[in-house]
Amino acid sequence: MKKIEAVVRPHLLEAVKNALQEVGVVGMTISEVKGFGRQKGHAETYRGSEYKVELVPKVKIEVALPEELFDPAMEAVLKTAKTGKFGDGKVFVTSLEDVVRIRTGEHGEQAL
Amino acid sequence: MMTMRRRLFVSFGIGAVLMVGVSALRFVAHAQTAPEAAAPVAAAPAAAAPAGVPDPTGDNTGTAADVTVKDAKNPTLPEVMASVGHSKIAINIVWTLMTGFLVMFMQAGFAMVETGFCRAKNAAHTMAMNFMIYPIGMLGYWICGFALQMGGVGAISALGGTAPLNSEFVVTLFGHPFGLFGTKGFFLSADVYDVGVFALFLFQMVFMDTTCTIPTGAMAERWKWSAFLVYGFFISMFTYPLFANWVWGGGWLSQLGVNFGLGHGHVDFAGSSVVHLVGGVAALAGAWILGPRIGKYTRDGKPVAIPGHHIPMALVGTFILAFGWFGFNPGSTLAGGDLRIAVVATNTMLAGTGGAVAAMVYMMARFGKPDPSMMANGLLAGLVAITAPCAFVTAPVAVLIGTISGVLVCWSVFFVEGTLKIDDPVGAISVHGVNGAWGVISLGLFADGVYGDGWNGVPGKVTGLFYGAPRQFLAQCIGTLTCIVFVFVTMALFFKLVDVIIGNRVSAEVEIAGLDLPEVGALAYPEFVLSPGTIGSYEPAPAPVPAPAAAPAVARVSVT
Repeated sequence: MKKIEAVVRPHLLEAVKNALQEVGVVGMTISEVKGFGRQKGHAETYRGSEYKVELVPKVKIEVALPEELFDPAMEAVLKTAKTGKFGDGKVFVTSLEDVVRIRTGEHGEQAL
Repeated sequence: MMTMRRRLFVSFGIGAVLMVGVSALRFVAHAQTAPEAAAPVAAAPAAAAPAGVPDPTGDNTGTAADVTVKDAKNPTLPEVMASVGHSKIAINIVWTLMTGFLVMFMQAGFAMVETGFCRAKNAAHTMAMNFMIYPIGMLGYWICGFALQMGGVGAISALGGTAPLNSEFVVTLFGHPFGLFGTKGFFLSADVYDVGVFALFLFQMVFMDTTCTIPTGAMAERWKWSAFLVYGFFISMFTYPLFANWVWGGGWLSQLGVNFGLGHGHVDFAGSSVVHLVGGVAALAGAWILGPRIGKYTRDGKPVAIPGHHIPMALVGTFILAFGWFGFNPGSTLAGGDLRIAVVATNTMLAGTGGAVAAMVYMMARFGKPDPSMMANGLLAGLVAITAPCAFVTAPVAVLIGTISGVLVCWSVFFVEGTLKIDDPVGAISVHGVNGAWGVISLGLFADGVYGDGWNGVPGKVTGLFYGAPRQFLAQCIGTLTCIVFVFVTMALFFKLVDVIIGNRVSAEVEIAGLDLPEVGALAYPEFVLSPGTIGSYEPAPAPVPAPAAAPAVARVSVT
């Protein structure tokens, strides 16, 4: 099993979510997050004074996947979250040791 | 039971249908008879409208029958004149009251502009200051402010006399009388129990309250509540009334023309200096003594933007102010019968437009984006500037005055923040101070000499430098300078004194947590987690604010 954490542009959440569902992903967790990458945000002015928008709002999508869904899911995220401009975000991939469905106590891929 | 209810319902229904039917019939009957009835009345307007006949066009409402005479067949000229005179003053007093009500609503505009430009953690505190300045200022003005300002104004003919306000304290300098303050009208007591005086009080009170609420913006987000309360009484009882007396109450600035031949003396139609410059200079003194908000400047003294939390609120507030200005300027004729109000109102809106457009264009040219907060400041700057000259200039000049004010307000905001290092969260010093001064000076430049005959007791019309009257310009400069020096010295001394006795500023701990709970006991937004947000991340100030004398009460808000 693999876990994907995709940090993407907030307005692309719907697109990414739909694409993941289309390839067969049945569950996900979404959170509103803020962060910066290599661009370190950008500068704006308010009443003539500059300020940095350092922590840019993003949406984090966490998905746990069985091995056979990993490739199509990655492809779906990378295709839909990409605009080609700075600030498209990142995808973090980790291997997943175990998953437990709390209601039934099932473990592993059964619980996905 | 059911059938009874049903019967009742049915009979009600029938009743309603009958009533509608009858009134429809009546309407038809009236429509048929109306033309015949109207003809004789039009031919003989003196006759009263027939009893019981409605008058949908209004042609027959308000006729000779409404003039009170002893003998309806033989009305006398004095009787008719008394009725005309009463109507004239009634129009003026109703006008003065109505425009005063509009100005009162400007308090809501100020509250929204200032709160919108502040951070969410101080929203209840900023709102509360703007709210309480209204009653506190009013009390102070009622106690002695009005008397000091208007106690010696003499007869204001537009309000039918205001005869009781006839006592001014005067000193003689250089062989000329210098009126300093009025001495009648304290507590609006029995000796001034007069409709004209009360109308004047209401109108002048809302103007005074406008001044009082200007510094709350410049001093927001760090001003201690108790110090603010003392300030509210001080400015409404002394600072504002004294300067207002000198310009509007028959005091020495208004007499510069009579005494020294300087045009019509210091002329300020609706208060660019009396209201706005006084407020702006008080804001300057206050914000200077209070010091900048924590985090406003970097270690090397560069100003940091602290964006307001609610720009839509601030823009709606700006619209409310612009609406209230239609009371502020046109109302200052104190006479609905003075039809110059059309020029005054139109000039007012034109100058506001000039200011908003100029500020927006300037910001777009310099920074690429219009900046809503500066558009709002630009509109207000234009309105402030036209407040003094609105009755004395042409429409193109009104647009020009507004346009200049829109650029002035941008420069001034950068200058106050970047060079003077004075933190003014809402731009009150620039909007009201700088453009208040520009307003009275622009009058001295552009007054076109068609209005204001006999202003301040000087025959002839109010004329500025560019129309051949340099002495009027000099009077405007003297008035402006007097205002700046008098108000700055008075308010700086006052704030220094408060600093020593109770302290002007909240503790650094309270300031960082937000003033809402510690200072006023209520959060503006209790159900939201307030975070520094995605913007406005800044380095902490180099040195913490001076520690208050007394240890702060236990902090009731955790520092985030």
